[in-house]
Amino acid sequence: MTTTTPAKRKPRLAINFRQYGILAALVVIIVLFEVLTKGRLLLPGNVNNLIQQNAYVLILAIGMVVVIIAGHIDLSVGSVVAMVGAVSAIATNQWGFPWWAAVLLALVVGAVVGAWQGFWIAFVGIPAFIVTLAGMLIFRGLTLVLLTGGTISGLPDSFTAIGAGWLPGILGELGGRDTLTLALGAVTCIALVAQQLRTRATLRRLELPMESIVQMAVKSGIAVIAIMWLSWLLSGYRGTPIILIVLAVLILGYTFLLNQTVFGRHVYAIGGNLFAAMMSGVKTKWVNFYVFVNMGVLAGLAGVDSTARAGGAVASAGQNYELDAIAAVFIGGAAVQGGVGTVVGAIVGGLVMGVLNMGLSILSVDAAWQMAIKGLVLLLAVAFDIFNKRRSGGR
Amino acid sequence: MNGPILRMIDIGKEFSGVKALDSVTLEVERGKVHGICGENGAGKSTLMKVLSGVYPHGNYTGTIEFEGEEAQFRSINDSEAVGIVIIHQELALSPYLSIAENIFLGNENATRGVIDWNKTNLEAASLLARVGLDENPATKVLELGVGKQQLVEIAKALSKRVKLLILDEPTAALNDEDSDHLLDLIEHLRGQGITCIIISHKLKEIRRIADTVTVIRDGKTIETIDMHGPDATQARIIRSMVGRDLNSMFPPREPKIGAEILRVEDWNAYHPVDTARKVVDNASFTVHAGEVVGFAGLMGAGRTELAMSIFGRSYGTNITGRVFKNGEEISVRTVDEAIRNGIAYATEDRKKYGLNLIGDITVNVSAAALATLARFGVIDRHREYKVADEYRRRMNIKAPSVSSITGQLSGGNQQKVVLSKWVFTGPDVLFLDEPTRGIDVGAKYEIYGIINELAAAGKAVVVISSELPELLGISDRIYAISEGRITGEVAAKDATQESLMHLMTAGKD
Repeated sequence: MTTTTPAKRKPRLAINFRQYGILAALVVIIVLFEVLTKGRLLLPGNVNNLIQQNAYVLILAIGMVVVIIAGHIDLSVGSVVAMVGAVSAIATNQWGFPWWAAVLLALVVGAVVGAWQGFWIAFVGIPAFIVTLAGMLIFRGLTLVLLTGGTISGLPDSFTAIGAGWLPGILGELGGRDTLTLALGAVTCIALVAQQLRTRATLRRLELPMESIVQMAVKSGIAVIAIMWLSWLLSGYRGTPIILIVLAVLILGYTFLLNQTVFGRHVYAIGGNLFAAMMSGVKTKWVNFYVFVNMGVLAGLAGVDSTARAGGAVASAGQNYELDAIAAVFIGGAAVQGGVGTVVGAIVGGLVMGVLNMGLSILSVDAAWQMAIKGLVLLLAVAFDIFNKRRSGGR
Repeated sequence: MNGPILRMIDIGKEFSGVKALDSVTLEVERGKVHGICGENGAGKSTLMKVLSGVYPHGNYTGTIEFEGEEAQFRSINDSEAVGIVIIHQELALSPYLSIAENIFLGNENATRGVIDWNKTNLEAASLLARVGLDENPATKVLELGVGKQQLVEIAKALSKRVKLLILDEPTAALNDEDSDHLLDLIEHLRGQGITCIIISHKLKEIRRIADTVTVIRDGKTIETIDMHGPDATQARIIRSMVGRDLNSMFPPREPKIGAEILRVEDWNAYHPVDTARKVVDNASFTVHAGEVVGFAGLMGAGRTELAMSIFGRSYGTNITGRVFKNGEEISVRTVDEAIRNGIAYATEDRKKYGLNLIGDITVNVSAAALATLARFGVIDRHREYKVADEYRRRMNIKAPSVSSITGQLSGGNQQKVVLSKWVFTGPDVLFLDEPTRGIDVGAKYEIYGIINELAAAGKAVVVISSELPELLGISDRIYAISEGRITGEVAAKDATQESLMHLMTAGKD
């Protein structure tokens, strides 16, 4: 079977099937609620809210997917969000920090928290479940200390814009729609197609296997339609949410980190087989440490976002955020044992939960039932995944 | 009742086309100690798994007769119900439970789910007395040494009214004193009418305790020796264990041996948990460029431990000794350091230590040398793919593409992926630990070819193996290792399987 012609199949297509499966589920859920809500789900204002309301979950899910691929878990992120939110509110409201300094401070605090937990997990060897369970209590307690039981509101607009603002319409309007948003959509599409063509050219030059031109065209076509449709909707509301830009950068950046860098590969290697990674010379302790530092930084960013969006800090902020993020990652196809997962999957998983939330709210389903339904969806998504794996004869 | 207690007739067992057992016949007399000898991989453990129902009836061919009746065990529970108990080399006790709780685990003295602790502890105490273990039944098992744990296992077997006790390498992890005590106990149990099958590599023990010995080789019964007969010598057992045909199993090779590359001096290592136990005892050896050096030793002799403790201290504690490369002393305190010093170690346990089984061939091939494929921490994935594909062809890894998941490859192909990974690190010295374990003959031949190529390219290759024909067939020089010590060094052309086996079973006395 030593074929000399390289296989025509694009590498990793088989693994991606899991992701396509959950993507299909997202589409089905969107269509379902669009019908059930008689077209209200996809009103421009609702789409805008879907992004702004769920940004924190998506940011946390990006950090959490890295943690889970490495074979750990982080239960503390909700408390870290609350504490960082308190710190950033105090910085802007009481110390008069400009917005960027407050954000910087928040990220540093997040990193310190991550380093603290990473130290115990990576170098002392205490399971992440325990360390972050303790962290959940520690940082919730510290939040209460910082806020002394009260709340801090009255944050400057420049800060709240991060979570609840839009890019200014500097290009004016086009037929009553924000031109900048449409232009951003168009530029993204062009960049995407150009990138695809460039990769293809490289693959051809190096005589590496690639997907067929039809396959590529269909995929790019779908992506272009989705992006333009999103920018069309948003341009008809108030333009591009600032947090959407932040999210886009994070998604691209972390996909690159996990797929193209040595660090990312080491994360997968540790989750896939810790001993084999050690015996291959991977500095497993340091990788684990940085995985948690990274989670801390992203929890800090999520803290900024949710505080900005709420317009103030309260001690009860961020409750159950860790569960939302963990659910998003597992719905997105990550494996509990580690070694498997993608940023895009986690984002899609987060959106599934977000659409469910919004659709059920529009239908005025009781909050108690909403929770029960979300729990069932998580269970079924993972069950479906395990069923699929068994059928395909994997391990 | 008369006649043999156990008859296994014409037992055969296949694993995905590979014959592990091929018509084995075994007859065990009532009230005797019956030894089973054979090289690693000869089929001893598989045979015992067939007997104890781990491989259920229908999964093997042939018949088992126990106490004159045909037995069709579907699980371990079935075999235990008639009085067959197996004690594995890896003890199966729960460390945080007490001795009494362990003895009756799964077999509790209970009425309607409520345990009668007085009865449990009393019965446990009388069982402990029978096996000669002077401990409180309430003591937690983790407070006991391995030797005493072994006795708890036997007490547990006695509690099940055992008629046939099977011990798989019972003394492998024991010191001399504990071993003596255990052998005394087995003789004592024989006096009480309990039949015993003992699997052991330690021929001295077998000679002391066994009434009969059956030798198994390549999944076949070779002979059964009456140990009270006139010619029941260690030499005869060894001859039966190894007497095998060697023709044309190995690709030809012209050795071109150059300068010394690696020298290890006075290497010592202790067991990571039982830190008083010396696992590698003052080992010194050298390897030259273009040379294939074999390490012969039975399982547990310390060969893997020697290699792993050198490779970035991946095994053991209190490691001492010096490593020289090209005449200069080097430090190999971490795996990373070892790799950077041009040392590679391909593990004997590829599933546990060698491969990311959920990863594809590409990520496994590049895993130990990612840095060479990256600039500023960013991997050149196109080049990575090309490298993996090149190794797929060069090593003849049979897979549709390098995107195939390694967990779904056959053992031989997995082994080739492991070898690719280490060859890609560009090593000067390769330690290959059991490179052909569990793979079929064709793949073995290919791997011997790869070893020859590496040596021809001027690399120093160390092959650790328990298959003597393999070592004799591919090595230039062989070190024998027994109980952590290097007990001999011979040129392969002067060595025979018998002479090696004598060195490998050389005791401390």
